[in-house]
Amino acid sequence: MCDHCGCEDHEHHHEQEQEEIKRIPVVQRILSANNQAALENRQHLKAHGITAVNIMSSPGAGKTTLLLATIAALGARVRLGVIEGDTASQVDAEIIAETGTPVVQINTGGGCHLDAPMVHNALHALPLDALDVIFIENVGNLICPVSFDLGQDLKVGLLSVPEGHDKPYKYPAIFEAVDLVVVTKSDLMPYLDFDLEKFKELVQGLNPHAPVLTLSAKTGEGMAEWLAWVEAQLG
Amino acid sequence: MHELAVTEDILRIVAEHAGGQQITDIYLVIGDMSSFVDDSIQFYFDQLAPGTMAEGATLHFKRIPIRFRCRACAHEFKPVGLDWRCPNCGALGGEVIAGKEFYVESIEVASNK
Repeated sequence: MCDHCGCEDHEHHHEQEQEEIKRIPVVQRILSANNQAALENRQHLKAHGITAVNIMSSPGAGKTTLLLATIAALGARVRLGVIEGDTASQVDAEIIAETGTPVVQINTGGGCHLDAPMVHNALHALPLDALDVIFIENVGNLICPVSFDLGQDLKVGLLSVPEGHDKPYKYPAIFEAVDLVVVTKSDLMPYLDFDLEKFKELVQGLNPHAPVLTLSAKTGEGMAEWLAWVEAQLG
Repeated sequence: MHELAVTEDILRIVAEHAGGQQITDIYLVIGDMSSFVDDSIQFYFDQLAPGTMAEGATLHFKRIPIRFRCRACAHEFKPVGLDWRCPNCGALGGEVIAGKEFYVESIEVASNK
């Protein structure tokens, strides 16, 4: 039997097929349109001397809380801006705006990630000449955001202690892709079975280039290392 | 949900390569580490393809499993579930050498005569 299509009458069938069907090699990466838009964002940000950081995590891992603590600590000497991605609501942008930090809310309308054209539009609404760093808070989701380049310089993955140390097994793509891993809510460590050493070993096994920081934006524990990392990324 | 954007991109890519000919088959290569689901792409394709040169085309999905290359001994292996240790030397994890693919490999078109 023919292993190409399962037909019994191989010669006749494929003679006919060759006359009618033509195979065209393509080998083109899907999402190339997004990647082109990301490239333009990257050039645009570079021209303004801005470092863009794409922050990704599950919903509720503490992205906004970490940003608020970062603004409180660095806002006086580093000019920060924020792009907030959520499927709906202005809640996070309003909290950030109260600090006086330039912020744009993107609502994806149910979409599970930000994409480069959305960020392009958001950049138009920020005072780019007056910023050093833009934090892009992605939609809370450990899966989809990884696939969409936004034009950021750096990707940071957050994992909160309650989520468990086994997450790299289940969501390897994010831990493989990021430049820094931040374990948040470290103040909960005594109450939960989060095995930090095991987690670090998994992340390092997958991505030895990404340091793993541990912090609590609530108590301030470990914040100094995070702030030093942010400041070290400035151009 | 994000397969909507992905499927739109697939339709754009195949239309660019089909040269106005009717597309009968689309061959996709998707790594297991990419976040894309065959059934979901098929669902959006069935919604979006009618009226395009890809209407009625068959989608073929070639899935590529994740493979690691051990950083300690360079042995190549497939991680299975919670077993990420190199079967050769026992080191944990490795460089991802397969599983991130996501592209249109080829199309088949019905030639105009």
